[in-house]
Amino acid sequence: MRATGNHVKTELSAKDLAGLSKKARKLRMEILTMLTHAGSGHTGGSLSAADILTVLYFHTLRHDPANPQWRERDRFILSKGHAAPVLYAALALSGYFDREILKTLRKIGSPLQGHPCSCKLPGIEISTGSLGQGLSIANGMAMGIKMDGLPSRVYCLLGDGEIQEGQVWEAAMTAAHYRLDNLCAIIDNNGLQIDGHCCDVMHIEPVVDKWKAFGWNVMDIDGHDIAAIVDAFHKAKTLKGKPAMIVARTVKGKGVSFFEGKVEYHGLAPTPDELSLALKELQK
Amino acid sequence: MAERVHPGKAVPSGTTKKATATRDAYGEALLELGRQRNDIVVLDADLSGSTKTGKFAKAFPDRFFNVGISEQDLIGTACGLSLTGKLPFASTFAVFETGRAWEQIRQTVCYSNLNVKLVATHSGITVGEDGASHQSLEDIALMRVLPNMTVIVPADAHETKQAIHAAADYNGPVYVRLGRAKVPHVMPDQYTFQIGKSFSFHSGTDATVVAMGIMVSVALEAATKLSAEGIDVGVINMSTIKPLDNEALLKASSSCRLIVTAEEHSIIGGLGSAVSEFLSENNPTRILRTGIRDVFGCSGSPDELLNLYGLTADNLALSIKEALA
Repeated sequence: MRATGNHVKTELSAKDLAGLSKKARKLRMEILTMLTHAGSGHTGGSLSAADILTVLYFHTLRHDPANPQWRERDRFILSKGHAAPVLYAALALSGYFDREILKTLRKIGSPLQGHPCSCKLPGIEISTGSLGQGLSIANGMAMGIKMDGLPSRVYCLLGDGEIQEGQVWEAAMTAAHYRLDNLCAIIDNNGLQIDGHCCDVMHIEPVVDKWKAFGWNVMDIDGHDIAAIVDAFHKAKTLKGKPAMIVARTVKGKGVSFFEGKVEYHGLAPTPDELSLALKELQK
Repeated sequence: MAERVHPGKAVPSGTTKKATATRDAYGEALLELGRQRNDIVVLDADLSGSTKTGKFAKAFPDRFFNVGISEQDLIGTACGLSLTGKLPFASTFAVFETGRAWEQIRQTVCYSNLNVKLVATHSGITVGEDGASHQSLEDIALMRVLPNMTVIVPADAHETKQAIHAAADYNGPVYVRLGRAKVPHVMPDQYTFQIGKSFSFHSGTDATVVAMGIMVSVALEAATKLSAEGIDVGVINMSTIKPLDNEALLKASSSCRLIVTAEEHSIIGGLGSAVSEFLSENNPTRILRTGIRDVFGCSGSPDELLNLYGLTADNLALSIKEALA
């Protein structure tokens, strides 16, 4: 299942779009189900990133689930590692492992650790979970790929609260300094972090201006508009000389009315009752 | 590179009395590796002139990355490069590499067991005049506690070169601790460094000093002094702190009354702790730990500081004599 290769279409057919929307719904259902089984984990930030990961894993990324170490693959780093459920769902639905394994999330002996562990699960490029570290790793990958003259691209998803970490800005400078135009970072800008609204905890705006000032090509999109996400990844590929940042405006808990915008569901799993209500909403 | 040591510097008798900073040997080893292997890449955080990675940078500019003054990013970038099959050597001063970026080393280098080499210079008090802010006395403790990490402290230039090559040949995280000041050449020409293997200069029936880094030459000089007084002291260069050479420790502790550890590092968490942990469980032996006694360093010349903190041959000899009395 080597995905779409270099021939990413700028415009999706209505059928493709419907297919991706359906996949995103499926991803959300898997996320909620595995979190309920686990009884703990990060619901809000997994749901807010579901459309972004859907586009990456089922449209944009050149990857081969049968050969996770394929040398020419594109790389994806989940820098906001607490959103592990969305990555596990995307990997399982891509065929990296049996989706039955999703039920073992956070359980003793499971390859699905509370935060992604590359030594335990194929398809995870690097262990994450301590915020602020993924972009530096993505930079190093982008440098290595450039040295080897490979066509691969590197994608890195950060949280908006995560960019409060100083290392992110060290990495922001490095990516621009080394003109890593094979790197595309995305901020899942859902506006919330554990202690509350990002603007109350520690102001991060103006996010777009900050990344522009650090020398990046910046796009500001609706992170739940699948066509817009597809377009942004495509555009990022065509921009040369600078790394690309997609600021994806999202809603924490997106897709389930009673989780949307609720800060308390940052780190809470759904109860079985909430799960059945949520699945009903998503099946509509 | 090698220079005569001025009188008064701790030089064991019977050696060539030549001295080279281990960081200089590192710079040369990187050049050798760069010529031998295309996968070697080197990273630095604005200290390439001091860490001597600048030589590699000049020879192989396409394989050198300066990330500026950002140690956390230094480690992450090295990890990313290793994930594309490169063999990164990431260098800066020991206090910044292991302290400022400790969590990056824990979370990414060690947890993911990446083939990243961390080679830090300017360890210990012999950094000298820059003072306590730049004198790393905790780095061995910080690195030793991490699963998957190998910790190496070469005693001289000859061993440094070999250790850098051995680190390159080994698959996994390695921390190599180097210094700024010149240290006497102590290892024999025919010596071959192996990860996890210590080197015994001679055994002793009264005591054995287990030393690392610059303290190996100090220990040799102390042993010579004590020998003149009829006290038989062995000296072991424990250049790999992790994994420790358990066999050598069992042998030494079974053949003498006292094990003395000597390190230019805090006596908490470093070589002294590692040796104590092993022997207390496996062959309880009286142990005397010498090193920096839970204090920060200060400004001064390396020799003045070694004297101030008691890391001289005279002081070590006296401590051993008192302990044996």
